[in-house]
Amino acid sequence: MKLLNTGSVFFSLHSVPGLAFILLALLFIILLIVFYLYGKTQQLESLSRTRKKNFDPKRFEEYLSSLDGEQLDTLLKSHKHLPVILLLLLSPTITFAQDAAPKASSMLTQPGIIILIILVLIPVLAAVAFMAVKVARMVSASRRKQTLSDSSAFDHYLDSLPEPDAEAALTRRQQALQYRPKPNALSGDLQAQDDTGLLHNIDSEAALPVVAAKKRATRRPPVDPQLAKLVTAYLLCAAFWLLFGTTVGEYVGIKFVSPDVDHLSWLSFGRLRPVHTNAVFWGWASLGMLGLGYYIVPRISNISLYSIKRGWQSLILINAAVILGSLCLMAGINNGGGEYREYIWPVMSLFALGLIFTLHNFIKTIARRTTKEIYISSWYIVSALIFVLTIVCIAYLPWWQQGLGETIVQGYYMHQGVGMWFMLFTLGIVYYFLPQQLNKPIYSYSLGILAFWSQILFYTVIGTHHFVFSSIPWWLQTVAIIGSMGMIIPVTAGTTNFLMTIRGSWHSIGSSYTLPFFITGIIFYFTGSMQGTAEAFRATNLVWHFTDFTVAHSHLTMYGIISFFLWASIYAVLPRLTGKEAPQSTIGAHFWLALIGLLFYTVPLMYGSTLKGLLWIQGKPFIESVVLMAPYWLWRAIGGSLMWFAHLVFCYNLYRMIEGSGVLSKKSQPIAANPAPEASALIPQTI
Amino acid sequence: MEFFDNHKKLFTAAFLFFLSLSLFVVIFPAFDIQKNTAPLPGATTLNADVEQGRRLFIANGCVACHTQQVRNIDMDKKWGSRPSVAADYARVRRTDLFRNTATLMGTERTGPDLTNIGSRQPVESWHLVHLFNPRIVVKESIMPAYPWLFEIKDSAAKGEITVSVPAEFMEGAQGKVVATKEALQLVAYLQSLKQTELPSGRPVPTFLYPAKTANTASPGSAKPSLDGAALYATNCQSCHQPNGEGLKGAFPPLKGSKVVLDDNPELMVDIILNGYTGRVSEGYGPMPAVGTNNNLTAEEITAIMNHEKSSWGNDAKKVDLAAIDKLINSIKSKK
Repeated sequence: MKLLNTGSVFFSLHSVPGLAFILLALLFIILLIVFYLYGKTQQLESLSRTRKKNFDPKRFEEYLSSLDGEQLDTLLKSHKHLPVILLLLLSPTITFAQDAAPKASSMLTQPGIIILIILVLIPVLAAVAFMAVKVARMVSASRRKQTLSDSSAFDHYLDSLPEPDAEAALTRRQQALQYRPKPNALSGDLQAQDDTGLLHNIDSEAALPVVAAKKRATRRPPVDPQLAKLVTAYLLCAAFWLLFGTTVGEYVGIKFVSPDVDHLSWLSFGRLRPVHTNAVFWGWASLGMLGLGYYIVPRISNISLYSIKRGWQSLILINAAVILGSLCLMAGINNGGGEYREYIWPVMSLFALGLIFTLHNFIKTIARRTTKEIYISSWYIVSALIFVLTIVCIAYLPWWQQGLGETIVQGYYMHQGVGMWFMLFTLGIVYYFLPQQLNKPIYSYSLGILAFWSQILFYTVIGTHHFVFSSIPWWLQTVAIIGSMGMIIPVTAGTTNFLMTIRGSWHSIGSSYTLPFFITGIIFYFTGSMQGTAEAFRATNLVWHFTDFTVAHSHLTMYGIISFFLWASIYAVLPRLTGKEAPQSTIGAHFWLALIGLLFYTVPLMYGSTLKGLLWIQGKPFIESVVLMAPYWLWRAIGGSLMWFAHLVFCYNLYRMIEGSGVLSKKSQPIAANPAPEASALIPQTI
Repeated sequence: MEFFDNHKKLFTAAFLFFLSLSLFVVIFPAFDIQKNTAPLPGATTLNADVEQGRRLFIANGCVACHTQQVRNIDMDKKWGSRPSVAADYARVRRTDLFRNTATLMGTERTGPDLTNIGSRQPVESWHLVHLFNPRIVVKESIMPAYPWLFEIKDSAAKGEITVSVPAEFMEGAQGKVVATKEALQLVAYLQSLKQTELPSGRPVPTFLYPAKTANTASPGSAKPSLDGAALYATNCQSCHQPNGEGLKGAFPPLKGSKVVLDDNPELMVDIILNGYTGRVSEGYGPMPAVGTNNNLTAEEITAIMNHEKSSWGNDAKKVDLAAIDKLINSIKSKK
C-alpha cells in the first residue's frame, strides 16, 4: 500500500498529528485499564473486609435453595463438609506502573520524541494489561474463597442444629426439587379447539427445510379489488423500470471495463448513463412509492380512495414520461446536463401532471377520512408530493437559470429530489409498514414529528454541497455544509424510532421474510445518511469530490435505503392484495443477492476512489487515476451483476405473487368481522 | 393538537416552510448572481460552429465524465491558471425553447477537466484521432469512441479532413477516415475552451490548501529533482506516446529524434516553449506551444528534456537547469 503511505499524510511517520493521535489513544487505553484496576481493587478490599462472623441463620433458606439434588443427598447422608476443591491462588507480585506520560512541551512537536514515547508506552501498556489480568484473577479467586468459607460456615450451622430439624429441612427441599408436574397439568383433559381462528402457520408434517422456514403471510380482510388492481399495476410497472434501468446501469458499468463493447451512438456512455439514473428514479422508485402510497393512504384514512380513475391516469402519465424521456436521451435530446434534470420540460411536465393527479387524489382521500388524526405516514407522503412538485417547478422555470444561477438551482434540485421526494415518501411508507409487520404501534409519534420538521429545515438548504469549492457564493456552500451536519438530527430521530419500535421483537426478524429488508434499510438509512454528512465537509471534499465515491454513496442510499424499503413493503402488501405468496427461498435469494451485490459494488468503489482522490492531491498525471481505478470498476461490475440477478429473482417473485399457484395458508380463516383495524391500532392513544 | 389534525393547515404549513427556505437558498441567490455578474470583457462570443459543437457536447452527455470548473484548491491548479469565477459562466444562456441553460460544470471527473483544454491541447488532428477512438492515442483511456462522427470513404474529396487511424482500430474497414462536419464542430468547441484572463485590477482568487513544499530536514540541500516521467505523462505523452515513438502519420517520434539527441538544446527548448511546424510537410501535425500554454517552469522543462534525452534508448548528454533557464530567458526576450 505504497499509495496510502505516501498519500495519507496523517498516518505517515512524519506527521505530528498522526503520531499524537496514536499517543493519545495509547494513553486513553492505559487510563481505561487503570480505572478498571481501581474498580477491581476496590472489590478486593471490600471482599477482604467481609466479616469473619459466624453463619447468619437468617440466610439459611438462601443457602438451602442454592443446593442441588446431589449436594442434598450428600448432606443428608453424612452431614459432612461439602467436597472442597481449592484452586491455586495466583500470588500476584505487582508494582504499580508510573504514569508514563511526560509533560507537554515543545518537545512534543518533534515526531522523533513522540515515536520514542510511543515505544516506551507500548511495554507499559503491556505491563498494565498483564497486571489487569492478574488482578482480575485475584478477585475471582478470593471470591471463590469467600464462597467456600461461607459454605463451610453453613455446614457448621447444620451440624449445630438438632438432628431431626436439619433432616426435615433438607428432606423438604429435596422433595420440592424432585417435583415434576403431570403432563396435562397445564392443558387439562379437554381437546384443543381454535374457535376464534387465531392460530396460523400450523404445519405438523413439515419436511426438513433447506432454508429456515419463515412465517407465512396470513389472509387479511379483503381490499377493494379495484384498488388492489391499481396498486398491483403500479408495482408491476415499477418492477419493469427497475429491470430496465438496472440492465442499462449494468451495461454502463461494463463500459468502464470494456469501453469498445459497442460503437452505436444511441448506446454510448454519455447518453445511457442518464437513461439509467432517470429510469430507476422516475420509473422504479417513484412508481413503487406511489403504488404503496395508493394502498397506505386509504387504509390510514379508513376510507376508500377518492378516485381510482385518477390513479390510473397518473400511472399512465408517469410511464409515458419515462418512456419518452429514455428515448429522447438516447436520441441525444437532453435538457443540458444537470443530473436527474436531463428530461426536457415537455417530458417532465407529463411526470409532474401525474403527480398532481395523485396529490389531489390523496388530499381528497385524507379530507374524507374517518379517523380524527392524520397518521404520520400521510404527513410524509403528501408533503413529499407537494415538495417534489415545488422542486420541479423551481428547477424547470427559466427565470433564474442564467449562468451560474443554473448551477445553484441544479445543486438544490438534485439533492431535494433525493431527500424530499424519495426519502420523505419512503419514510412515510416505513412508518406504516414497519409497525404493521411487527404488529405493534410505532415507538414514538413525537420523534416522527421531530424528524419530519427537522428534515425540512436542514435538508432544504444542503443542495449546494455538491459544488463545494466551485464559484458559487462561499456563504451558500457554508450554509449547505452546516445543513448537512444538521441532518444528523432527523436521521438519528428516525433511526431511533424504528429501532425502538423493533425493540422487544428482534426474535420476529428470524421468522419473517419482510423484516430483514426493513432492517437492512434502517441500517443503510443511518450509515448512508451519515456518510452524506461526512462527505459534505470541505476537508473530505478535497479527497472525495469528483471521484466515484459519490457514485458509491448514491447507490448505498438509493439502493440500500429506498429500494430495500420498497421491496420490504412490496413483499408485505402484495400477498394482502392477491392472496398469493412468493416462495420463501426465492425471496431469500433476492435479499442476499441484492445485499451482497450492493456491498461488492460500493466497498471497492469507496476504497478505490479514496486512493484516487489522494493521487490527485499528490498531483500525479491524470491517466494514473484511470489506471488505478480499473480493478475497482471491475468489482463494481461484478457487484452490479449480482444486483441485476436479484432483480430477475424479484420479478419472478412478483409473478408468483400475482399469477402463481401458492395460495395463502389454507388452514387459516380470515377475521372478516372488523374491517381495517389497522388505522386506529397504529396510532397510540396519546400524541 | 388541532393543528396536526387539520390537513389543510398541516400541509399548507409544511409547504410554506419548505418554499420560504427554498426562496432563500435557491431563488434569491440565483437571481442575485444572474443579475450581478457580467461576462468577462476578454471572453469571445461563440461562433456558429463552436455553438453547434457545444450542442453536440451536451447531446452526447460528455458532462457525465468531464467537469468544466477549476476549484479554488491547489490540486486543481493543473486544470487552469486561476480558479473559475462566476463571470466565466455569465454568458451561458438558455439553449433553446426546449433546453435549459447548460453551464456544464459537472459533478464527476472520470475524465480530465476541460476548462482550459483549448490551451492545453489545441491540435485539431489529435482531437480527431482521439474522438475516433481514444485508445489510439491514450492506451489506458476508457472514454467512449465516437466513430459515428466520421465517414470511411475510398478517397477524400478536396477540402475534407482525413484522420490517420492505425489499421487495428479500423475494425477491418478499408479506406480513408474522413471527419464529418459534426466532428469538426465538436473539436472547434473543445479548442474554444480557454480560460479568459481576469481584467486587470480585479483580485484573482487564490488556490487554497497549498501543497506543503517538501520540508527537508537540512535546508540548503539541493531541491529534490522533479519527476520527468510524470511531467512527460501529463504534458507530452498523449501525442508522443509512452514509448516515445509517436503515432505514424500524426505525431513524430522522440525516440532517436535528431532534435532530442542534439547536444545543443536551443531548438528543443524553443519547440517546447513556442511549438513547431517544421515537419508538417512530412504529414505530422503542428506542435502546440506546450511550455507556454501549460506555464511550465524552467525546472519542469529541464526535467522533461532530461527524461526525453535518456529514455527509450535515447542516450544524449543531459542538460542542466542554469543553461536551460538562460536559454528560456533569451528565447522569451527575442519574441
